Amino acid sequence: MTALSDDIVVTGLGATTPLGGDVATFWAGLLEGRSGVVALSDDWAASLKVRIAAPMAVDPAEVLSRVRARRLDRAQQAAIVAAREAWADAGFTGTSDQNGLEPERVAVVIGTGIGGVTSLIYQHDVMLAKGADRVSPLLIPMDMPNGPAAHVGLEVGARSGVFTPVSACASGAEAIAYGLDLMLLDRADVVVVGGTEACIHPLTMSGFAQMQAMSTRNDEPARASRPFDKARDGFVLGEGSGVLVLERRSSAEARGRTPYAVLGGAAVTADSYDIVAPDPEGNGQRRAAKLAISRAGMEPADVVHVNAHATSTPTGDAAEAKWIAELLGEQTVVSATKSMTGHLLGAAGAIEAIATVLSVRDDIVPPTVNLDDPDDDVRVDVPREARKMVVPAALNDSFGFGGHNAALLFRKA
Amino acid sequence: MASADEIRAGLASILEEVADVKAEDVADDKSFTDDLDVDSLSMVEVAMAAEDKFGVKIPDDELPKLKTVGDAVAYIQSNA
Repeated sequence: MTALSDDIVVTGLGATTPLGGDVATFWAGLLEGRSGVVALSDDWAASLKVRIAAPMAVDPAEVLSRVRARRLDRAQQAAIVAAREAWADAGFTGTSDQNGLEPERVAVVIGTGIGGVTSLIYQHDVMLAKGADRVSPLLIPMDMPNGPAAHVGLEVGARSGVFTPVSACASGAEAIAYGLDLMLLDRADVVVVGGTEACIHPLTMSGFAQMQAMSTRNDEPARASRPFDKARDGFVLGEGSGVLVLERRSSAEARGRTPYAVLGGAAVTADSYDIVAPDPEGNGQRRAAKLAISRAGMEPADVVHVNAHATSTPTGDAAEAKWIAELLGEQTVVSATKSMTGHLLGAAGAIEAIATVLSVRDDIVPPTVNLDDPDDDVRVDVPREARKMVVPAALNDSFGFGGHNAALLFRKA
Repeated sequence: MASADEIRAGLASILEEVADVKAEDVADDKSFTDDLDVDSLSMVEVAMAAEDKFGVKIPDDELPKLKTVGDAVAYIQSNA
């Protein structure tokens, strides 16, 4: 049916992020080194330990019709905005059957860390204030973590299957890896993949803050997310969504589409080390990277750029920088884009995959901002400004609480 | 006691908010699901809003019987 040599390519990109409500604005923001982190002026934030975050630059509820938006959790709104952009960017209009596709051969994989948690909390407040018979009948479809994938599946007309990997901050990358598997297993002709997250709320922020995982640099929001820097003190919570369209090179060519890049290989591993702490040796992460590279039929030496997970937490960044230097070499050019976007949790791997794809296509890698004094463990090359360089192949890695690791290898189309 | 016209107008504003139904489409003979495209979850929202607005209780087993706008107007008028 499908030749194994028929590359799986990326033909559509969509995003709504703290730097912009579409891919072009997001990418321009990254290359400029712009920060999306702001002080939270809301009353609810005043008493919190952490009062900074990176909200979406464009409210997705303003992009969708009013009635559509009110039936969706914010994470679902973001996923639909990103998916619509990616679907159109791939050259599709309307549902799959209107584009000559078989709906039974179209799949969706959209991951999320905690789904519609803010809708859940809001309706709990409604129940306490007004009674159980005032809870919204839309609560369950808004809260369910598979909601974003299911809504995107309805938008594009996907009947092969609709899936939701839930692996904390690796969810978005794991979704892309799973999408590649579906293509390689020949379960679909087109797979819409990505991640979404929108949980900027006092309860979630307090939970993360109580873990000592978040930056408390409240007075300098734009300086707070500082991956690889000695003075890093935790991540900054971001929100948004990233979506990519995968198909075979042969089908892209038949449609006259030019692929952005090839998704050459992907791998998912687990640490079995600790429920939240990363393995300080980064063994599971390194293994995912090695597997993704080898599944792409490449060697570590072929990988010149890594879009790192680097969340700005003290332990995570050091372990990651260490294995990257050991596996790929100290000359590897590494970008930590969370220094600008904050940490989008289940959407992080998806928007960072988009950045990696664009680095491979455009031969430029984004800067890492706020890196004033690199940690001694950081022996790779981390540009402070966008750098033009030939990028034949690049790696994007993601890790999540629970010991989840995912690595994606993109190469030139 | 609200008149049938007042109840119909009140329902129209609820339907506009919940499901983007145009006020001019709200007439007694219109079916919520077939004519106004209000799905079952939205009907529960409409019922909740109508309970608050008209001080009426619409039990779960009554809701499926309210198939048209006229059914709802009549139910609210006789139970408010």
